[in-house]
This record gives sequence, C-alpha cells and structure tokens, in this order.
Amino acid sequence: MLAALRLSLLTATLATAVCLVLGVPLAWVLARSELPALRFVRALVTVPLVLPPVVGGVALLLVFGRRGLLGSWLDDTFGVSLPFTTAGVVLAEAFVAMPFLIISVEGALRAADARYEEAAATLGAGRWTAFRRVTLPLIAPGVAAGAVLCWARALGEFGATITFAGNFPGRTQTMPLAVYLALEQDIDAAIVLSLVLLVVSVVILAALRDRWLTT
Amino acid sequence: MSLDAHLVVRRPGFTLDLTLTAEPGEVVALLGPNGAGKTTALRALAGLEKTGGHVTLDGQRLDDAPPEHRRIGVVFQDYLLFPHLSALENVAFGPRCRGVAKAEARTAALDWLTRVGLAEHARKKPRQLSGGQAQRVALARALATEPRLLLLDEPLAALDARTRVDTRAHLRTRLAAHPGATVLVTHDPLDAMMLADRLVIVEDGAVVQVGDAAAITSRPRTDYVARLVGLNLYRGVAHGHSVRVADDFDLTTRDPQEGDVFVAFPPSAVALYRERPAGSPRNTWPAEVAAIARHGDSLRIELTGPVPVAADVTPAAAVELGLAPGGRIWASVKASEAHSYTA
Repeated sequence: MLAALRLSLLTATLATAVCLVLGVPLAWVLARSELPALRFVRALVTVPLVLPPVVGGVALLLVFGRRGLLGSWLDDTFGVSLPFTTAGVVLAEAFVAMPFLIISVEGALRAADARYEEAAATLGAGRWTAFRRVTLPLIAPGVAAGAVLCWARALGEFGATITFAGNFPGRTQTMPLAVYLALEQDIDAAIVLSLVLLVVSVVILAALRDRWLTT
Repeated sequence: MSLDAHLVVRRPGFTLDLTLTAEPGEVVALLGPNGAGKTTALRALAGLEKTGGHVTLDGQRLDDAPPEHRRIGVVFQDYLLFPHLSALENVAFGPRCRGVAKAEARTAALDWLTRVGLAEHARKKPRQLSGGQAQRVALARALATEPRLLLLDEPLAALDARTRVDTRAHLRTRLAAHPGATVLVTHDPLDAMMLADRLVIVEDGAVVQVGDAAAITSRPRTDYVARLVGLNLYRGVAHGHSVRVADDFDLTTRDPQEGDVFVAFPPSAVALYRERPAGSPRNTWPAEVAAIARHGDSLRIELTGPVPVAADVTPAAAVELGLAPGGRIWASVKASEAHSYTA
C-alpha cells in the first residue's frame, strides 16, 4: 500500500513536471499567437477534459503501443517501450492532466499585460529573456495554480493509467488502482485507502491554496 | 545620432503617413489631438508596430530590426515598470539584457536612480512609488540603456497637476542632458512648448505644421492649432489689406498680402459693443452670442455671425453689455491686431 502511495506521489509529480515543461510554452503560443490553426491545437489540447479517461488510454495505446504510430518507431530506434511501465503511468497522467495546466496558464497569460513584453523588448530583451524574466514572474500564481490542479488530477488518474500502463504492483499500480483492487477483495481496506488519498489531496490543496490561489 | 524617418501605418479607416527628423540633442514633440496617430508613430519608431517607409538612425536602416536590437529607449504612458522587480532591478534590466555583469548593472542603475533623485527608493517595488517617482524610474530605466533615440509617450499625462509641474521641470533638465535625439508625444501644448525645441503638429495621421513654439503660437495653420494657442483663425484670399474670409465678408489686416492667406488675432483683440460703434467702419460686424465660458480672469464669448469668433471680455464688461446666449451684439477688431500670413 505504501508502495502504491509512493508511486502515486512520484508519478503525479513527474507528470506535473512534464506538463510544465510542455504546457507553459504551448499556453504562451496559444495566448499570444493568432494563427487560425491554433483553434484546432487548442481543441486537441483540451480534449482530454471531456474524453473518458479509458478512451484516452486506448488512444495512447494506439500511438505509443508497441505497434503504435510512434511506439513502433520508439521501439525500433531506441528500444524503448512505454506501455505497462512507470514511464507509461507518467505519460497517461500527463495526458489527462495537461489541460488543467494549459487552461490556467493561458488564462493568466491573457490577463497579464502583453505590453510588459514590449517594454522588455525596448530594453534589449529577446523573446526568451522577456518571457523568463518578465512574463513568467508575472504569471507565476497562475502557473502554480495550474500545476496544483494538474498534480491533483494526475494523482487521481485511473482510467487512462489502467488502460495504458496496466496494474502491476510497485511498477504501475498507483493509489487509485490499489483502491479499485482492494474494493473487490477487502472493502474496509479500500475505504481506508480512499481516506488516505482524500486526506493527502485535501492537505496539499489546502496548504497550497493559501499561498497561491488567493493572490 | 540623428533620426530620419518616414512612417506609414495603414489600418481600417486610418492611415498614418508622416516624416520625422531629429538632430542629436534635439527634443521634438509630436503634438496633436487624441487619435491623431501620435502613439502609433512612436510605436512604429520603436519597432513595436509594423511600418512602411523607413526608419534611419545615424545613417543605419532599422526598418527590419526587432525592437530589442534598435537601441531606442521608450518611456510608456503608464510607464510599464515591471511590478515584480524593485526600482533598482527595473533600471538594471536594460544593462543586464545588453550583457553587463550583474554587480556592474546594479551600480549603473543606482547611479541613474541618483541622477533622477530617487536613490533612497531603489529597493521599493513600483506599487510603492508615487506617480511622479514611477515616471522618473521609467525615465531612468530607458536612459540606462544609453539609447540612441529616446521616445516618451505622454510622459506627464498620468500625473496630477501639482506633480506635473515638478516632473516637467525635472524632465526638461534630464532631456537637456541626453546626448541623443528625443521624440515625445503629447496632446498638451504647454508640455510640448516647455519640453521641446521643435513642434510637429499631427492631425489625422499627417503632419500639418512644423516649427518652434514661437512660430506655432503666432502663425497657426489649422483650427486645432489655433484653438491650442488660443487664436481666432480664418483662411481667405487677400487683396492688399483686405482679406475675403467668407461670402461678402472681408477682414482688414495690418500687412498687405496677395492670394491665399491665414488671418489670426487673439480673442482679447475683439471688442464688443451694444450699438454699432461710430467711426470705425472696418472690421465691425453684427454677431450673436452663442456661448459664454469662464477663461482665466475673464469670460470667453463665442459669437456666431458672418464668421465665428471668440472674444475675451471682463466680467464687468459682460454685465454692462448685458451678454447672454442668443443676445445680439456688435464685434470689432482693430486692423493692427489682425495679422495675415501666406497659407
């Protein structure tokens, strides 16, 4: 059980990191650029919000599975296979949790005055410097809020994870999966596990809420 | 560090097309009503707005250079100080972007803050600064990059009247010390005349008049400029001392002219009478009072008639004349007060 909790915390944190690295630049592009193609990108990025997670897992299998579009290439070129591994869990969680981060960061970017970036440019800052030293600090509360929501969503991820990564104790069995398994064998253990997950989520959200979401 | 620019920006329903030059050390003011395109021109110079034509600084074409490579300093109307950085870090931002080491950049920034008289506020965040202080920090931040050209967008517009006077005097000193050219945008004629060596009047995206304060105030060429400097202005065709400014209506002017001319005279030169004055047949006409407004110590009377005219009278005179909107009156201007110049 402790192994499942530890795996959940680890994978949720890694998934959040993946979402931050990919999601913040993507949100910047969505917020600042006016290319018509971005409507399609935005729809694609937010689709996991409305997609049943199990369907998301199937989609991931089709793309990253051993015979999937990218998966076969990854396997041939690098000998890397994502399904049914811990990395697969991270991928499944990141896929489902990404929209929470992107929506939050894009909102923060749209609310932030883009003219600060112009001011930075007149002072000699290139795009990247302006983003790193001006824009990112301005939207930090939005990024933090998005990261917390993203982390919480990743922590509770079930459908995509069990479809794409399976349910191997110690490797891909996260807390929600352990709860589901316990439910069939030992209802009391399932309730205890659920409470543990609930307490962990509430404590972390409450602790972070005071620091980030209220400002 | 001279500027030579021809800016062309097209938008739906609006075209900006103006040429602008500035010599090193010169302060040029773009003066015009709101919506004339002044700020757009400034943004085009800074590279924040796409423009046709050309922007040349010291003989170097900058048309395609992004703003970060132009070395043009900008003081924005609402300053845009980075809220998460202290005053010192704001000023050090430019030098840091140009590759100056951190300690050195901070020393230079403190030096600039000292020059604008804000050394003791270096650690404050922008929200802790007053409007006047924020304006100075913004100026120091722009100057700290040692710009080849300094641009100021309505530098005093966001300040209250009292702070404005102090800040204007301070800005004047700082601009005089700046070796590069300066272009400032304002809709306030007083700011323009106090701060600039040369005024460029912009209306509807085009330059309508260029000159120093004396030339602009004595010889306005559009109604907007005439209102700014408080003169009655008419355009007409001159024949000797007589200028036809409306159908069957001539004004007699001081100097003889021929052809298209402007005629200008101050509202204080207009005398009002209840009855037709005897013995001065020229430049006397019946008029109707359209509006009365307080103007300094006197009252400004807007009159309609063969030509619209503004007249300044003392409150006592207004009472004596029984002035009220709709009232009939006789207006008169001495020929010696009405001067004419080629249109």
